[in-house]
Amino acid sequence: MVNIIWLSMILIGVIYGLFTGNIETINNTIIDSTKVSLDLFMKIFPVVAIWMGIMEIAEESKLLQKLSNSLSPLLTKLFPEIPKGHESLSYIASNVIANMFGLGSAATPFGLKAMDSLQKLNKKKDTASRSMITFLVLNTSGVTIVPTTIISLRLMYGSLEPTKIVGACIISTICSTIGGLIVDRLLARRYKN
Amino acid sequence: MQGGIKINFISNLIIPLIVVITIFYGYRKKVEVYDSFIVGVKKSFGMIENLFPTLVAMIFAINVFTNSGILDLIFKVLSPVISVFKIPIEVLPIALIRPISSSASLAYLNNLFEKFGPDSFLGLLGSVMQGCTDTTFYVISLYFGCVGIKKIRYSLFAGLMADLIGMVASILVIKAIFAS
Repeated sequence: MVNIIWLSMILIGVIYGLFTGNIETINNTIIDSTKVSLDLFMKIFPVVAIWMGIMEIAEESKLLQKLSNSLSPLLTKLFPEIPKGHESLSYIASNVIANMFGLGSAATPFGLKAMDSLQKLNKKKDTASRSMITFLVLNTSGVTIVPTTIISLRLMYGSLEPTKIVGACIISTICSTIGGLIVDRLLARRYKN
Repeated sequence: MQGGIKINFISNLIIPLIVVITIFYGYRKKVEVYDSFIVGVKKSFGMIENLFPTLVAMIFAINVFTNSGILDLIFKVLSPVISVFKIPIEVLPIALIRPISSSASLAYLNNLFEKFGPDSFLGLLGSVMQGCTDTTFYVISLYFGCVGIKKIRYSLFAGLMADLIGMVASILVIKAIFAS
């Protein structure tokens, strides 16, 4: 699946670029892509490093445990396969909360940690488990309450009501999260065998 | 303006507050906070090890695809179909690119703001579309890449469906707001 998507994106891009005389751009893009990736990596890594340090303290002091306990009735319903009180639940809870407040930089390290601990529960190490996919859907549906980037962009363009979108964002996010979780449930049932 | 500044202040306050509370709470619970911090940072190297190859692979494919200019062709082909559903064509690029690249769709949102203003119907719709979804492709390759998952099963489809539902919902919500 990944192989086909990856291959076809590159093939389509190169062939289309060739036919429209865009091949120089493609050429530069290919050479440039490792540099762009490295830039992104350098952006992610320091943030992950500092949050992993903070998280370690939160873990040892059982603060994370406390946090996930407050959300656990909801989480155990969403993730029936995770044993109660497992560490991954506290990371998932922290990731969701960080996402809600638009703290993308903090959410990513929590999410990576959550994935890491979900992988420990996973029986087939190269295949995504059901809990992992549910977690991803929860993430990609964008549980954001305060979309900080957009608000500041709106402010930049002289919006009179930069925060006017917050209510609409919350409603749309709830729709996409619930809808995504339903799709996830249905597919999980179909793929069970 | 006042509201925006307030929100900025609050959002700038959240992270320092979380940091202080976590460290102080740890200290009260007799955790050796300094040593524990170091252990945590050390662990981050192991976790991030798989990340770079995944990023290179993903960005390589996405950039070749988007920079080839094929998206313009796709918009042209799709716009008659879209206009049947009474969906404003101007926001189509945001809806299509948002799952692939956050920065690219943010650039389109910039264009919308410039052309129509952030408080216009299209400006609001674009903002909500950008805000209520996430970069599905990126999230999947990032999270699965770091733990070495190769078979992603139905995750991409489920993620894209969530995006689609969010896009449709944002159109309906903004239409309702503007109608009232």
